[in-house]
Amino acid sequence: MQHAIDVTDLTVAYQDKPVLWDVDVSMPPGVLMAVVGPNGAGKTTMIKAILGLVRPAAGQTLIYGKPYREQRKAVGYVPQRGSVDWDFPTTVLDVVLMGRYGSLGWFRQPGKHERAQALAALEKVGMAQFASRQISQLSGGQQQRVFLARALVQDAQVYFMDEPFVGVDAVTERAIVGLLQELRAAGKTVVVVHHDLQTVPEYFDWVTLLNVQKIASGPVAEVFTEENLRRTYGGRVAFLSRDDGTGSGPALVLPTPAKQSSAFTD
Amino acid sequence: MSPQLEVQLIAAVVAAGCAIPGVFLVLRRMAMMSDAISHTVLLGIVLGFFLTGSLDSPLLMLGAVLTGVLTVSLVELLQRTGLVKEDSAIGLVFPALFSIAVILISRFAGNVHLDTHIVLAGELAFAPFERFELFGIDWGARALVTGAAILLLNLVLVLVFYKELKLATFDAALAATLGFAPALLHYGLMTVVSLTAVGAFDAVGSVLVIALMIVPPATAYLLTDRLPRMLGFSMLIGIASAQTGYWLAQALDGSIAGAMATMTGVFFGLALLFAPQRGLIAAALRHGRQRWEFAQQMLTLHLLNHEGTPDATEENRAVTLAQHLRWQADFAAQVVRRAEAAGLVRHDSGLLTLTDSGRQHAQQAFVRG
Repeated sequence: MQHAIDVTDLTVAYQDKPVLWDVDVSMPPGVLMAVVGPNGAGKTTMIKAILGLVRPAAGQTLIYGKPYREQRKAVGYVPQRGSVDWDFPTTVLDVVLMGRYGSLGWFRQPGKHERAQALAALEKVGMAQFASRQISQLSGGQQQRVFLARALVQDAQVYFMDEPFVGVDAVTERAIVGLLQELRAAGKTVVVVHHDLQTVPEYFDWVTLLNVQKIASGPVAEVFTEENLRRTYGGRVAFLSRDDGTGSGPALVLPTPAKQSSAFTD
Repeated sequence: MSPQLEVQLIAAVVAAGCAIPGVFLVLRRMAMMSDAISHTVLLGIVLGFFLTGSLDSPLLMLGAVLTGVLTVSLVELLQRTGLVKEDSAIGLVFPALFSIAVILISRFAGNVHLDTHIVLAGELAFAPFERFELFGIDWGARALVTGAAILLLNLVLVLVFYKELKLATFDAALAATLGFAPALLHYGLMTVVSLTAVGAFDAVGSVLVIALMIVPPATAYLLTDRLPRMLGFSMLIGIASAQTGYWLAQALDGSIAGAMATMTGVFFGLALLFAPQRGLIAAALRHGRQRWEFAQQMLTLHLLNHEGTPDATEENRAVTLAQHLRWQADFAAQVVRRAEAAGLVRHDSGLLTLTDSGRQHAQQAFVRG
């Protein structure tokens, strides 16, 4: 079967400090994959390398068998919420419209059709009534929904989301998870940089454990194990085995009280 | 056209032309870059002058644009070492390039009309006397023709690349993933800034160029939260500053460029104080209102908590209120007066009771929290 994403021998270094060392990850289409790992593990860097935002020192990344350049229109990207200036003088609808710019190409301005698409996407994330709101007036969760709507209008095959759950309330988290599942049901592939280890088995069906090197990558039931987590986070997490009834059997993971590990708090 | 009118017209087109790239500089938090570029373009002009021996050659313009882009590249190069921050990098690059230009002028170009004072302050009053003639026709003052050409160019560019500039400014990473080459847009913008700076400073001097590029957009930013309006307002504020600055200079019999730069500051100050949403006065009023609203909410909540309890006669007394809520006595009295006026509480012989709407008011606090 054609893989949705193929990362082979990917090595990225900032100056001469390696951030990713010879990482291989392949995932089939139609799955939700979490990328987890401690701070500085290279999670964001891996996504940026796949999207051509950082130049790899070695290795290659393919989307549906082709380099990213040829697949721009098949890929949607949700950057970290904090990566943009929310005081920028523009409206919610306008930000969502930016998701259509890729299809429009240079010079063409968005029109009625694009506006309708953007409004529909806002409707999907429950933000339609905020369409003409100035973006600085949004809460963190609302900002995240706007970013999601912007990715939705890209109408991509593969989505990359960098920490979409950071700083959002429980209601928004539920809403986002619902959207991810909808995307999967529509055959899309979604890669999410994720921090909350406890929700990995519940939200995702694939997981990549990363700490500069790839520790493991595959179906959650197979690779989200105590042993792999220990190797990823080094002994900074404790494990309480729990049968969650799904038969997948991964552990409930809690931080050791002595070192409120950074893996949970950032 | 009278020279006076022409001076005002030059200032107006230059102001409008500077405002356009200025908006994007301000939004990209690169205001200081205009300062750097408007100084370092002098080096390009000087070198162009040495190459051609003339002050009118288009090569001067080209040299200036190239040094402008060189300035940006050097700043980014320094910044990328990770050893200096952007503001320091700007502070390191532009005095170096500018001082080289100053030395070159003082050493080799003492006799030509290229002096450092004019570079800084411009000489708007004399601008109408340098004419632009082509095919034997006088098209107007040279500064007016250059200024109008730059204004036109900037207008066309911002209209054509509006969507791309907006995206690359708001979210460079998304711009890159969508294939919009933000680096190219960035250097394109810097080229436009250089071109605008060199075209404008011939007439108005580098200090006014900086003022016109940065202050009107910063002012417009306080007045609107829509990019198209910010562009429009910036141009209008720039033109208004130029106009009123001209009158101020007439009244004071002082430097025209200086008066215009001052007026940009005056407009900014007015917006800072009186802007309807973001102005300091609006913020203070809002803050004051919220303080009273919050106090009333606290009062109704306090009364609700103790309503019908045995200690109500003790807790819900106007006199003891200040003590229980740790308020100043006169502040407490005023809160009670306002709450009474708003129909939230009743005041019977020292005892405070909630009205129905007061009870609702208190419950809203829970909903909101």
